[in-house]
Amino acid sequence: MLQNVRVLSIFLALFPTIAWSEWEVNMTRGVTDTSAAIYDLHMLVFYICVVISVIVFGVMFWSMYHHRKSKGAKAHLFYESTKIEILWTILPIIVLIIILFPATKTLLETYDTADSDIDIQVTGYQWKWRYKYIGQDVDFFSVLTTPSDEIYNKAEKNPNYLLEVDNPLVLPINKKIRFLFTSNDVIHAWWVPALALKKDAIPGFINESSTTINEPGIYRGQCAELCGKDHGFMPIVIKAVTEVEYAAWIDEQKTLKEKAASASQKDWSMDELMAKGEQVYNKNCSACHQPTGVGLPPVFPALAGSAIALGPIEDHIDIVFNGKSGTGMSAYGEQLSAVDMAAVITYERNAWGNDVGDKLLPADVEKMKGGK
Amino acid sequence: MTTQVADVEDGHENEHGPATGITRWLFTTNHKDIGTMYLIFSLVMLFIGGSMAFVIRAELFQPGLQLVEPGFFNQMVTMHGLIMVFGAVMPAFVGLANWMIPLMIGAPDMALPRLNNLSFWILPFAFSMMMGTLFMDGGGPNFGWTFYAPLSTTYAPPSVTFFIFAIHMMGASSIMGAINVVVTIVNMRAPGMTYMKMPMFCWTWLITAFLLIAVMPVLAGVVTMMLMDIHFGTSFFDAGGGGDPVLFQHVFWFFGHPEVYIMILPSFGVVSEVIPTFARKKLFGYHSMVYAIIAIAVLSFVVWAHHMFTVGMPLAGELFFMYTTMLIAVPTGVKIFNWVSTMFRGSLTFETPMLYSIAFVILFTIGGLSGIMLALAPVDFVYHDTYFVVAHFHYVLVPGAIFGIFAAVYYWLPKWSGKMYDESLGKFHFWVSFIGLNLTFFPMHFVGLAGMPRRIPDYPLQFADFNMIVSIGAFMFGTSQLIFVYVLIKTLRSGEKAPQRPWEGAEGLEWTVPSPAPYHTFATPPKVD
Ligand code: HEC
Ligand SMILES: [Cu+2]
Repeated sequence: MLQNVRVLSIFLALFPTIAWSEWEVNMTRGVTDTSAAIYDLHMLVFYICVVISVIVFGVMFWSMYHHRKSKGAKAHLFYESTKIEILWTILPIIVLIIILFPATKTLLETYDTADSDIDIQVTGYQWKWRYKYIGQDVDFFSVLTTPSDEIYNKAEKNPNYLLEVDNPLVLPINKKIRFLFTSNDVIHAWWVPALALKKDAIPGFINESSTTINEPGIYRGQCAELCGKDHGFMPIVIKAVTEVEYAAWIDEQKTLKEKAASASQKDWSMDELMAKGEQVYNKNCSACHQPTGVGLPPVFPALAGSAIALGPIEDHIDIVFNGKSGTGMSAYGEQLSAVDMAAVITYERNAWGNDVGDKLLPADVEKMKGGK
Repeated sequence: MTTQVADVEDGHENEHGPATGITRWLFTTNHKDIGTMYLIFSLVMLFIGGSMAFVIRAELFQPGLQLVEPGFFNQMVTMHGLIMVFGAVMPAFVGLANWMIPLMIGAPDMALPRLNNLSFWILPFAFSMMMGTLFMDGGGPNFGWTFYAPLSTTYAPPSVTFFIFAIHMMGASSIMGAINVVVTIVNMRAPGMTYMKMPMFCWTWLITAFLLIAVMPVLAGVVTMMLMDIHFGTSFFDAGGGGDPVLFQHVFWFFGHPEVYIMILPSFGVVSEVIPTFARKKLFGYHSMVYAIIAIAVLSFVVWAHHMFTVGMPLAGELFFMYTTMLIAVPTGVKIFNWVSTMFRGSLTFETPMLYSIAFVILFTIGGLSGIMLALAPVDFVYHDTYFVVAHFHYVLVPGAIFGIFAAVYYWLPKWSGKMYDESLGKFHFWVSFIGLNLTFFPMHFVGLAGMPRRIPDYPLQFADFNMIVSIGAFMFGTSQLIFVYVLIKTLRSGEKAPQRPWEGAEGLEWTVPSPAPYHTFATPPKVD
């Protein structure tokens, strides 16, 4: 707070240079050629706007100072001049034409999506992103990891507050990457400032954009289109690495997948399932159904005491597997691993006072997945 | 509230005085009464919409969730927008039109007085219904004032049906009001008042009315399509049934873009009246001002998709909408240059209406310039849906529409009430508003450029300092409107008696009738030469 007061006083004292060095006040130049071109265009127009305002406001303030009645100014009765009107219709047109050329050129660059090296399908979900590396058998969800204690001010916020995810999107530098955007429910917008890339993810349609990252690093962004309750809580994290590291990462994903398959064959105990289920639940389900299972009726039903959570397990499995189209409840069949699926269903049937007592084994889920 | 207004009208005798009690307001067909009701309604809405902005800014004062849950935050964001646009700004303009157009063109009343009564009385019901949704199961509209499908259809709370009905009612009211303005201006001008002699305020309203008649049905259409999708199994906006969510945005913005001019043109008219008065000089370039408004209105129909640069339009579409949008800067520039030239070599004084008008020109220019930046499609890929956009449209709407309304109220209040407002209090209101406004909206440019998306209840830490300043500014700006209410009450209670023409430099028919304007004016039309 004290610091804020200090900074505020700096701001009020109008020392832009001091304030600017401490605070981010401008667009980032980014790490791609397009983002640099966009930044330069932004600065060009910005300076043109500054010049225009200096002229316009200059004349205004000059008149306000010199042509005051209190200083004895008499009104000069001129009020029509076709020449002047034509002049200040033409002048802005010339300025606009000057801006128009670089703007058109930059726009054409952003529309070039041909000949990509890597294709990635980006799907928006309420409220997480899914990345599918086309042709690679790599496909995962990327979910906010900021603990709710930080959001609710019970713990100190870490520097990447709200901009951290479990699985970042790993991309190689110096490769042309083409993104294919779509959505599973409502419209989202995928936005990473460092790439100067923002594109709507629209259900039922595919948008494309491409980018070539020049520098390795971590780049963070957020969903930019209001998409419901947790619109502010579905960040994007890109980890840009060298080509060699990227190849290694792809391999690692494949071994991880095999490991997960063998874990599902293990005989899980009730306690293990419940512990795992709680984790899975809090990560994937609690945004809507709430950590204590009470939901947010009528839109998001309660699971504590719900007929489905207490009823036959088939119905329970069905809704979690297949979701319910047209509601926030998406099909988790392909989103969750067999272990996670078994654990979360077991958890929902035996937590918050629900006491069905049955358990679902990962191996059985595996069978169902195979069956479908 | 009614009694307070009643003494606006009291204190003068008339052959056909107003009816007494509540029936005066319920059944009135008098343009002055209806104008007053519109203005009071809009003031009430300004405070309701403003208190929602308070909730938003209080939650955003610091990072983290403190006061409200994200779902409720979204409802506040939505309602704030809807109420300010449809409840505060538009009715205030219709109120000004009702009061001033007949007085300025020398007509005894509006052309369609009963329609006038109806179009006002629809509004309280429409807004009660809309605000009632906040108390319904599942909450009120939570999809932003732009209500993009499918968030507002398939995924909407059940109350959306009431929201749709409320929008239909508001639209009907606006269309009736607009028809009334057109008919009045076209048919009831005093003998000798040709179109090119008409006061600027009437010109801007005439064009605004045409815009309203053209686009309110489009809004009605789009909400009807939503209604069909929600209840009758159509799929206008659902790809699963062959529809397209982007279609919604095209139809919405075909309404929405002219709508933003609807919210600014009458303010253009107001400052075009006020600046000449206090510069003691005729408006510079009257003819080009008229042509500029017409040009803006026409262009406003072909720029809508600049709100949609990121939806994945074909390249040709992006280029078309980028160029047309840039073109709008030309007539807008002409207007600004003409206002500045009107001040140039005038004999200026700075009463409250003039202060508001000057602030209007300066701050609207800032908003216009950031508009040019936003028009450039490639850069808009970065600006779009950030606080930079929020800063931009608040710069054109708050100092634009709202300051224009304040200028109008201070300028004509002596005519309406027969009393002068307290000049120092008026100036005090201006300065607190002016500082509060800039403290609120200027830093939004910075957080937007630094990457803060709009419509989020919580934000990453690097935006914290500016957000705190913005919130402090917002509290200041909001609270300063209580000064406005105080000025109004004080004027009505104990203001000094206003002369017929309180402003030395004022011209126009409205200053040829006594202050306060009698209940019936211009029963015999004046002659204009
Ligand atoms: C985006 C919000 C959202 C998320 C996240 C979500 N659900 Fe749901 N869930 C819903 C909605 C909405 C329904 C109601 C669907 C309907 O209309 O029948 C629902 C219904 C259910 C039901 C049926 C409840 C009943 O009594 O009808 C179960 C069981 C369920 N969800 C489990 C889960 C599990 C397990 C997860 C996490 C893997 C999860 N949900 C994540 C929104 C969500
Ligand atoms: Cu989203």
